[in-house]
Amino acid sequence: MYGFEPNEEQQMLIDVVRRYAEKDMRDAHRDAEEEGEVPKALIEKGWELGILQASVPADYGGFGERSAVTSVLAAEELAFGDLAIALAVMAPGLFALPILLVGSEEQKKNYLPGIVEGEWQPCTAALIEYEFDFDANELSTTAKEEGDEYVLSGEKRYVPYAADAEAMIIYANLDGVTQGFIVEKSTDGLTVGERDMTLGVHALPLYGLHLDNVRVPKANRLGGAEGHDFIHILNSMRVANAALSVGLARASYEYANEYAKDREVLGSMIAQKQSIAFMIAENGTEIEANRLLTWEAAWQLDEGIEEVDKSAYLAEVGAADMVMQVTDSGVQILGGHGYIREHPVELWMRNGRSMAMLTGLAMV
Amino acid sequence: MISFEKSKAVDQMETVVQTVAENMMRPVTRHLDENEGEIPWDYISFMHTALKQMGAASLVPEPEGNGASEKGEKKEKRASQSYQLMAHSIEWLSWGDAGMYLCTPRGGLGSAAVEASGTPEQKKKFLARLNGDKPVLTAMAITEAQAGSDNSAIQCRAVLDEKTKEWVLNGEKIFITAGLKAFEDTDGFIVVWATLDPEAGRAGIRSFVVEAGTPGAIITKKEHKLGIRVSDTVTLTLEDCRVPYENMLGSPEIEKSTKGFKGAMQTFNVTRPLVAASGLGVARAALEELKSMLEERGVEIRYGLPRQKLTNIEREIIDMERMLRSSWLLTIKAVWMSDNKKPNAKEAAMSKLHAGDVVTKITQRAVEIMGPLGFSREFLLEKWFRDAKINDIYEGTGQINRLIAARQILGYSGKELR
Repeated sequence: MYGFEPNEEQQMLIDVVRRYAEKDMRDAHRDAEEEGEVPKALIEKGWELGILQASVPADYGGFGERSAVTSVLAAEELAFGDLAIALAVMAPGLFALPILLVGSEEQKKNYLPGIVEGEWQPCTAALIEYEFDFDANELSTTAKEEGDEYVLSGEKRYVPYAADAEAMIIYANLDGVTQGFIVEKSTDGLTVGERDMTLGVHALPLYGLHLDNVRVPKANRLGGAEGHDFIHILNSMRVANAALSVGLARASYEYANEYAKDREVLGSMIAQKQSIAFMIAENGTEIEANRLLTWEAAWQLDEGIEEVDKSAYLAEVGAADMVMQVTDSGVQILGGHGYIREHPVELWMRNGRSMAMLTGLAMV
Repeated sequence: MISFEKSKAVDQMETVVQTVAENMMRPVTRHLDENEGEIPWDYISFMHTALKQMGAASLVPEPEGNGASEKGEKKEKRASQSYQLMAHSIEWLSWGDAGMYLCTPRGGLGSAAVEASGTPEQKKKFLARLNGDKPVLTAMAITEAQAGSDNSAIQCRAVLDEKTKEWVLNGEKIFITAGLKAFEDTDGFIVVWATLDPEAGRAGIRSFVVEAGTPGAIITKKEHKLGIRVSDTVTLTLEDCRVPYENMLGSPEIEKSTKGFKGAMQTFNVTRPLVAASGLGVARAALEELKSMLEERGVEIRYGLPRQKLTNIEREIIDMERMLRSSWLLTIKAVWMSDNKKPNAKEAAMSKLHAGDVVTKITQRAVEIMGPLGFSREFLLEKWFRDAKINDIYEGTGQINRLIAARQILGYSGKELR
């Protein structure tokens, strides 16, 4: 049977995350953006909502079971608050979720409790490379088998919290397929580069990473000796990206709608003019359409339905288009005021553009 | 709960309807398009028998709580799936042939109106004929030359003859879908919207059942259309057409209120997603055909690549698939809300405006991508391009549905956002 309503537990989660988003994140997001830093206390508060912890079973220190649908609902609310802060709060998932999804029993036992039992810590993952046609399935960073080790070489960019991370997953090309490797801080040959300067998400510290013959033990290959199928990780990244796009779009949409109802031009509110009202109707429809695509892909992830390889991709690219359109409309509806940094719509528009290239910065 | 799992009932229904679409519709779809006016009796008779055997009173399920039949109260306990089943069937039938779907007997907008706003006695009286030996169609007459989307402006008059207790109807109704089949080809009826008082606007509007063969009601024009040619579209002229007092739908006590009009408008919340479903059936037909034609010609569509690596055709196809799927989910959610008795004016309008856009774009692009082949009547792409467009027009144009959606989103009345 079809169903389109979160269950009671999910609704409770949505409510608490929304309160955090509306109050804590929105109070801080402009300063965070301008100062290029998310306050630690704010991240900690978001971490305590327990979104990741609830995805990890008790055997590994958590208190629940992973549900992509539930995580997607939470991710939308977080991005509604602020994308950079959302990515900061979700960052440990970049390390924990791949281990949970495809890691070996040993890897789960070794790493998961340390992450989910304590405070938020800067664990991360390195996927993106600095090429215009970057493709997660055809990485330039390589992994070569040498004796009891894999040797990683290459360059990564946009790695959240790389400078502080105790451990990270680095994705590399092993004989033509993408594989993740668990790499601990200060492994020889691993250098954290300059902080990346980007169009959006200024509050999130992103770094370049240089890998010069980084040797990792074979046991650190994600999934153990046999490795893993990267598509499971990629699907989760895609669905997360789509959910964040929906939340970000909704932020701009709701803000612009309220503005339009309050802004009088030539005798009526601009929301009462069809040129604006139609934009609002179209944007509202597209947000809902892409939310449903995202939910369906997340549901397929949970149910283990193979179709998800395609659905997650469609949800990701669809939502990336949608969020650009909606956040652009947000600025357009505010007109000149939208261009001024006193209003948040310009920030959302910059972040809106980022969604098409930031797959790999969050997972569900 | 959030779930995208098809129920068994939907699954079974789809299997049946798919067979009909593939075997009874596709083989004749081109012939019927080229021979406007020919009636697909084979399909009509088959569907009549099949639906009768299934015990479906009509393709339109009975809205519960309205008219409060005993049957309705029993159903209350378990959420119905009627509209979900209908959306799936309509999507498949329209994949077969959207015009033929509109010729499906035992249903149509006329019976939908009776179901939605008729009293129990009226339902019994008018819907009984759907269950007879011969197939019957019904239709709805709203539009007038000067009243399209603004259907509160209708001028067709209904005057009560106090002596005979009959309603006397005068006026002209245009763009009646399946009017000919309801009124002349079968023994059906047309539900006519008329005003008791042109000065009263919406408050004066009522709907009347005009049965086939009623004197004073004549089909005066048959339209020739861009697409869905097998479905007739006609003009009905009413000249001192007398119908019995009890043929006015709903209770006569609600005179001088807008309840009757609002009731009629609410049926759009039910029918708009169903029109969306029909449009999306056409869109899926075109997209499937386009993909298979490309495949035959050695064009492979690679999913999962960054856009920078895709060819233009790949980007187009992926975009179309995404549009189609998201539109279908909007539609399914809207009918799910109908089934679960949740107010869905916004979702119904959204599903309709989105599907109207999507089917128009997909069929247009499909013709364009196939170039000279797309333009040829040897293939069905050009037909679907023509069939598609009506979905952005009837049951509220894309623009009217944008207005409705925007009013719902912004909390504006019809006066505040015109």
